[in-house]
Amino acid sequence: MQTMPPALEVNDLTVAYRDKPVLWDIDLQVPTGVLMAVVGPNGAGKTTLIKSVMGLMQPAAGSVQVFGEPAGRQQVRRIGYVPQRTSVDWDFPTSVRDVVAMGRYNRGGLWRRTDRRDAERVARALATVDMEDLADRQISELSGGQQQRVFLARALVQDADLYLMDEPFQGVDAVTEQSMVAVLRRLQEQGRTVLAVHHDLRTAPAYFDWVALLNVRLIASGPMATVFSECNLRGTFGGSAPEWANPPATTAA
Amino acid sequence: METFLQFLNDYTLRNVLLGTAWIGVVGGSLGTFAFLRRQSLLGDVISHATLPGVVLAFLAWQRREIGVLMVGAAGTGLLATALIQVVDTRTNIKRDGAMGVALAVFFGVGVLLLSMIQNLPTASQAGLDKFIFGQAAALVQSDVTVLLVVGGVVLVVLLLLWRELKIVTFDPDFARAAGFRVTILEGGIVTLIVVTTVMGLQTVGVILMSAMLIAPAAAARQWTDRLSIMVLVAAVVGGASGAAGAAVSAFGPQIPTGPVVVLVLTALVLVSLFLGRKRGLVWHWRRQRRSRKLADPDTVLGALGALESAHAGTVRGHPEAVVRMAVGQSAQVGQALAALREAGLADEHDGDWSLTERGRSEAVRLTRDQRD
Repeated sequence: MQTMPPALEVNDLTVAYRDKPVLWDIDLQVPTGVLMAVVGPNGAGKTTLIKSVMGLMQPAAGSVQVFGEPAGRQQVRRIGYVPQRTSVDWDFPTSVRDVVAMGRYNRGGLWRRTDRRDAERVARALATVDMEDLADRQISELSGGQQQRVFLARALVQDADLYLMDEPFQGVDAVTEQSMVAVLRRLQEQGRTVLAVHHDLRTAPAYFDWVALLNVRLIASGPMATVFSECNLRGTFGGSAPEWANPPATTAA
Repeated sequence: METFLQFLNDYTLRNVLLGTAWIGVVGGSLGTFAFLRRQSLLGDVISHATLPGVVLAFLAWQRREIGVLMVGAAGTGLLATALIQVVDTRTNIKRDGAMGVALAVFFGVGVLLLSMIQNLPTASQAGLDKFIFGQAAALVQSDVTVLLVVGGVVLVVLLLLWRELKIVTFDPDFARAAGFRVTILEGGIVTLIVVTTVMGLQTVGVILMSAMLIAPAAAARQWTDRLSIMVLVAAVVGGASGAAGAAVSAFGPQIPTGPVVVLVLTALVLVSLFLGRKRGLVWHWRRQRRSRKLADPDTVLGALGALESAHAGTVRGHPEAVVRMAVGQSAQVGQALAALREAGLADEHDGDWSLTERGRSEAVRLTRDQRD
């Protein structure tokens, strides 16, 4: 196998908010084709990491490479993005189908309308996340889990090689969560890479095969089986998290 | 009727009507985006901030054609938005504070300049003080031409950038992540808002022009859940209000246009709030009434029993709202409670409902029956 550049490579990344570091000197490699969870306590900079890669925040220092090339407007198009569900106003006058179609708005220039190929792609993504029946529903009528699935579908139609997801399971019920995990697995089977902020330490080893433990600094990153240890979790969460007192079995998968 | 026909035939009045209605159409269309971006207050700041620009442009060129004054107005309007941006990002003053200060300062300077030029011989004919509340009757043919062209450009830009405006308004982070130039687009939206505001200064006035942007959108939102329809409805509402305001104020020379337009708009917003097809209060009440089933007395009795055992002797009674929540499904429990009291199973003290002895044993029997 020839050496392939990692899907994402972050070097010496430091991000500050009013002189207070939110991320400090992060070096992170995400190999192509992995499902990686970003785990850490509140305020650890998980969202900031994702936003910095997307170019939504200006880092104080450091560089980001996507598939071996500096992240710019062009490279960013190879990334699919699932922002936090609460980042938008769900009272906006539009339908489920319309929001998903936004994932294809960047194809083509002025005057371009959603064509039949876009419409088919949107319908397929809605089917993938089990939302076909709600396609024409006004988005303010959706539950939290349905909102989350709409955002996942919108990212799917981007047909990206790397997906960045900010808490994709937040507010999702257990059944939906399982079906969303199945979608992530399918992305992986297609050779795509997923980096997702994940809160639940119990399910992380079952859902993801790689992990990055983050608390302003990068505590550890690598394959779940070697990195997701009690010692590393203690280093990430300190004494604040009750979860590590009952270390999750890495064999849960 | 005859007066009305005369009125439509009147060349000047036709101009006035057309000009003001057009301002309403453009204001309603673009205002929809300001409304959805929660920038309603920004429109107010911009319109107030245009006053010093109007006076300065008049002083600089000694002319009062609308095109000339619009340049000055747009200048100080944009300057105000730029200042708000700087204060917001560079100081610890929050955005709403920055907007409040900018509005007061720019409008204050404008009024000051206005009173200073009143002594100039040319100014007394200029009627610049009419810009505060607006005077549609002052519109002449060439003004209307300028308005049509400027407004036409605004609407064409809006149609060309429809998808961009939509995605940036709904989810700016995602838009940026998808490769859109969000900073430029957002600057473009603010510029369009400034231009639209400036269009209405002469007829509607600086104080009330922001209503022309926001009120049509607020009314339109009650009728639809689709952005395209919302823009169309807002354009119609704005156009109709503009025309009505211009017509009324044209009948009496002492009636300023701005306040009349705002009164018409307010009426339309109120009607929409009550009757709007999608979210109007009347429909909402009807839906709520229909979905609120009457709870049957047995269910309420069981709920009271459950409440009592959950609070085991600590609390005697529970208000009706608590009983309703215990029953669930937002059912109406009032009649059931009354029936229980009638049957001597429940009693009420100071608005708190509790079971009687008989009611308690009945509730216990009910739960036992259900378990079997």
